[in-house]
Amino acid sequence: MNILICISQVPDTTTKIQFDASGKEINKAGVKFVVNPYDEFALSRALEIQESRQGVKITLLSVGGQDVTPTIVNALAVGGEEAVRIDLNPQDGYEVAYQIAQYAKDKNFDLIMLGKESIDNNGSEVPGMVAEMLDMPFVSFATQLDLNGKTATIRREVDGGTEVLEAELPLVLSAQKGLAEWRIANMRGIMAAKKKPIHIVAPAGSNAKTSIQTYQLPPQKAGCQMIQPDDVNQLVDILAQKGVI
Amino acid sequence: MSVLVFAEISNGKLKKPAFEAASYGVALASEHGLEVNAVVVGNMDASEAQQLANYGIANIFTINHPQLHTFQDAPYASAIADIAKAKGATVVILPQSYTGRAIAPRLAVKLDAALLSGINGLPKKGANGLHFMRTAYSGKAIQEVATSAGCCVITVKANAFNVTENKVSANVQSYAYEPASKDFKLKVKETIRNSDKISLTEADIVVSAGRGLKGPENWGMIEDLANLLGAATACSKPVADVHWRPHSEHVGQTGIQIAPNVYIAVGISGAIQHLAGVSSSKTIIVINKDPEAPFFKAADYGIVGDAFQVVPALTQAIKNRIGS
Repeated sequence: MNILICISQVPDTTTKIQFDASGKEINKAGVKFVVNPYDEFALSRALEIQESRQGVKITLLSVGGQDVTPTIVNALAVGGEEAVRIDLNPQDGYEVAYQIAQYAKDKNFDLIMLGKESIDNNGSEVPGMVAEMLDMPFVSFATQLDLNGKTATIRREVDGGTEVLEAELPLVLSAQKGLAEWRIANMRGIMAAKKKPIHIVAPAGSNAKTSIQTYQLPPQKAGCQMIQPDDVNQLVDILAQKGVI
Repeated sequence: MSVLVFAEISNGKLKKPAFEAASYGVALASEHGLEVNAVVVGNMDASEAQQLANYGIANIFTINHPQLHTFQDAPYASAIADIAKAKGATVVILPQSYTGRAIAPRLAVKLDAALLSGINGLPKKGANGLHFMRTAYSGKAIQEVATSAGCCVITVKANAFNVTENKVSANVQSYAYEPASKDFKLKVKETIRNSDKISLTEADIVVSAGRGLKGPENWGMIEDLANLLGAATACSKPVADVHWRPHSEHVGQTGIQIAPNVYIAVGISGAIQHLAGVSSSKTIIVINKDPEAPFFKAADYGIVGDAFQVVPALTQAIKNRIGS
C-alpha cells in the first residue's frame, strides 16, 4: 500500500506576522517555520496504519524551494521512507494542487492525505483540487479513518454535525484534528531522517490563477474600556446597545 | 458575464450562510453591473427557495434530484458547474462552510476558475480583473488577491458580510440536471446532527472560556449565560487539549476561526494563537482576573475580576433587565 502525505511549511503559530518592504510577502526574519499542524495529523495517521499492517510505504511531498528542505527533514524525522520536493515557489493553491496531481497521476497511490488547510493561507483549497484533477473521491475534514482491505470508513465534520462515510481506495482525504494522536520526532527519528532520500523534481510548468497584491494587518481595536467588576449593569447597557438583549 | 450564488440548505431550509452569500452576490453584481442568479441543490420546497428574493435575487434555480438529497462534494460540484456554464457565470459564490469548502475546490477545477477562499469584503476593480480581500494567517493578516482568470469561485466567510433585505419578485425555476453515476463514490452511512446547538461559526454571539475556569465542572455558569443570550459556547485550546470541552468548541489558530457580533471571553489570557481565531469579532468583551492578560489589548470592553463572581452576577443582571 502506497500513501502520499503532502506537507507545507508554515510559520509557527506563535509568530507575530509582519510584512516585508514590498508588502507582498511576510517578513521571514526571525520566523520559525514548522510543518503545518494539520499535515502532521495526516502523517501521524499514516504511521498508525503502517504499524498496523504489512507493506505500507509512506512518501512525503512538498512543493517549495530549497528553503523548505529543513521542514521536510523535520517531517521525515516523524516518519515516512522518502520525500519529494517539487522545486517551485508556488503562488497559489491551484499551482500547488496542479504540481501534486502531476506528480501523483502515474504513481498508484492508494491514499493521498493532506491537512484540511494550511495555517498560513487557510484556504482548504488544495486537497479537493488534487482529488478533482486526479478524478478521485475526496473526503474533507476527516476526524477518523479506518481501513478494511480496500474499503475506508471515515468520520468527518459537516455543517451542524458529523457524518460517517465509506469509500473504496484510492482516495484523497483532508485531515482535521482528531484523525490521529499527534506525534513528535524522537532522537532515533531525527538521526534516521538525515539518511532518508529527498528527491528533487522539476515542476510541471507554472500556472497560478491568482497573485497576492498586498498584505495589510487587520484593523486594530481603538482601546479597551474598563468596567468595574461590581458594575456589571454597565456591561448589560452595552449588550443592550449592541442589540444582544 | 453573471454572478451565480450557491444557496446552501440544511435539512431543507435556507439558513444565514445562504442569505449572506445572496446579499454578497447582489452587492457585487450591482456594483459591477452584472446579472445575478441563485442555485439551490437538494431537497427543498419551491416556497423555501423563494425566500432568496427577499435578499434581491429574482432568478432562483432549483436542482431537486433525489440522488442529490444527501450532500456529496462531487455530484454537487458537477451540478453547480453545469448551471454556471449554462448561465455564463464569471463569479460563483459559496459560503465558507464545511459544505462550501468541500465543493469549491472541485468546482474551481471543473470551471478552470481561480479559487478565492475566506473572502471578507467586496472586490475592487483592478487593472486586469477583480481584486478580492481575504483573511490569511488565521486572521493575523488580510490579503488583497488579484486574478486574471476568466471565472472565479469564491467562498465568503460567515458573519463577514451583512445580510441585506432587498425584496424583489421571485422567479423560481426547476433546472434540469441529471447527475452522473461516476460522481457517487462516497457512501454516507450515518449522519449525526447536533440539532439543538447553535453553530459556532454562524453564531451571532459566542461565550467562551479558558483555563481560568479551573475545571470542566465549572462550565455551568458559561452555559447559563450562553443560553440566556442565545449564544454558542466555545473554549480555548488548552481546555480542549485536556478534554474539559470537546475539540469542536476550540476557537483559535488551529481550531475554528469565528467572527461573531459579540465575543465574550472568560478566563482566557489571549495568547496570539487564540487572538488569531477570534480577532475578527465585531465586539470583544474580556473577563479575566489578571489585569496584565494580553487579551485586554485586543478587547473593546474589559472587566478585571473573579469569573466566579462576575459571570453569575452578569447573568443575573441580564435576567433582571429582560424581566423588567
